[in-house]
Amino acid sequence: MAGTGPTPLERFINGILPENPVYRQVLGMCPTLAVTNGMKSAMTMAGAVAFVLICANVLTSLIRNLLKPHLRILVFTLTIAVFVTIADRIIAAYMYDMSKQLGPYIPLIIVNCIIICRCEVCASKQGVFTAVSDAVGQSLGYALALTTIASVREILGSGTWFNIPVLPANWPDWVVMVLPPGAFLTLGLLMGAANWIGTNLGQRRKSAQEAA
Amino acid sequence: MKNNYLKQAWLVLVLAVCFGGALAGVEHSLSGRIKANKLADTLGQIPSLVPGAEQGNQEMVGGQLAYRAVDGAGTPVGWVVPVTGQGFADKIELLLGLNADASQITGIYILDQKETPGLGNKIVEPEWRGQFANKSISPALVVVKRKAEKANEIEAVTGATISSESVAGIVNQAAAAFRQKLAEGGQQ
Repeated sequence: MAGTGPTPLERFINGILPENPVYRQVLGMCPTLAVTNGMKSAMTMAGAVAFVLICANVLTSLIRNLLKPHLRILVFTLTIAVFVTIADRIIAAYMYDMSKQLGPYIPLIIVNCIIICRCEVCASKQGVFTAVSDAVGQSLGYALALTTIASVREILGSGTWFNIPVLPANWPDWVVMVLPPGAFLTLGLLMGAANWIGTNLGQRRKSAQEAA
Repeated sequence: MKNNYLKQAWLVLVLAVCFGGALAGVEHSLSGRIKANKLADTLGQIPSLVPGAEQGNQEMVGGQLAYRAVDGAGTPVGWVVPVTGQGFADKIELLLGLNADASQITGIYILDQKETPGLGNKIVEPEWRGQFANKSISPALVVVKRKAEKANEIEAVTGATISSESVAGIVNQAAAAFRQKLAEGGQQ
């Protein structure tokens, strides 16, 4: 079944903005809201998700012809669980403080729908190269979403970015931004902005085509 | 029929075996580092768990690993005991700070937990675990779903009664067991 479905390049680009896992697919909301109170934890999360997503996509793509349709979700879950456990152990060994801070959110990547969605939509149907570019694109899209949300929340909420002070010392920290309500506010406003930009660009492109 | 099942499930079985092996390998190569991290965390917490303590010396008390907390002059001021017990979601690992004769709890610290985010994981917060400081070990601690009134009462985390009771249970059991071991050891 080679040659069906989007090309590797399309998969890669789609993951970043047109099908951004957070802003357009609205998947994996739990960790998105929970770990974006600081850039450091958000980037650790994005890195762990990227590792799991790429590994799971590669493995699923390699065994895609052996999959039995009714057992595929079981195999996806098994594959994802293994890579999540490996990521969790690596973080506990080399980034102990971060592992304590993120707590159960790393093990919870197992139930992050972004990964099982990519296994189902792309890796179980297309070749390894396409699966890798899809995983990298989606990971970048996820990292982009976490970066934007975490930047807004950390800068407004703590006056810092990656724990480096960026706002004047007399900035009154908006504590609400690092608390759960701040996550929902920021996500809602940024998602609205992303959709508004997407719609505007689409219309401009359409009118440019009509004019041409 | 049996053959048919195997035909369908062989991939799952093979993957399970391979993955199991891979995880064992990862655990084997990283567990040393993770343990060292936990040890560093434990030793760093000793001054905050036992008032007056500056550092801890590892000791075995009746087969139980413990840290004898000593002040700047080397005088023993208490104990820090690492204990593990079942929580709501997974095992909870905590450090129990006790005074020198293990009759009073001086503080607790959660080393590792996987309780529900937003509810059960509030057990790590200093506000909640601070309730354990200066509690006598008998009568045993009781978790209540209102403001704590009696000396041996601990107010549960709202929405996480089981996590709260797990921690109190682990503390009760470990404190009593350690005190007994200490008494049997006769203050060697």
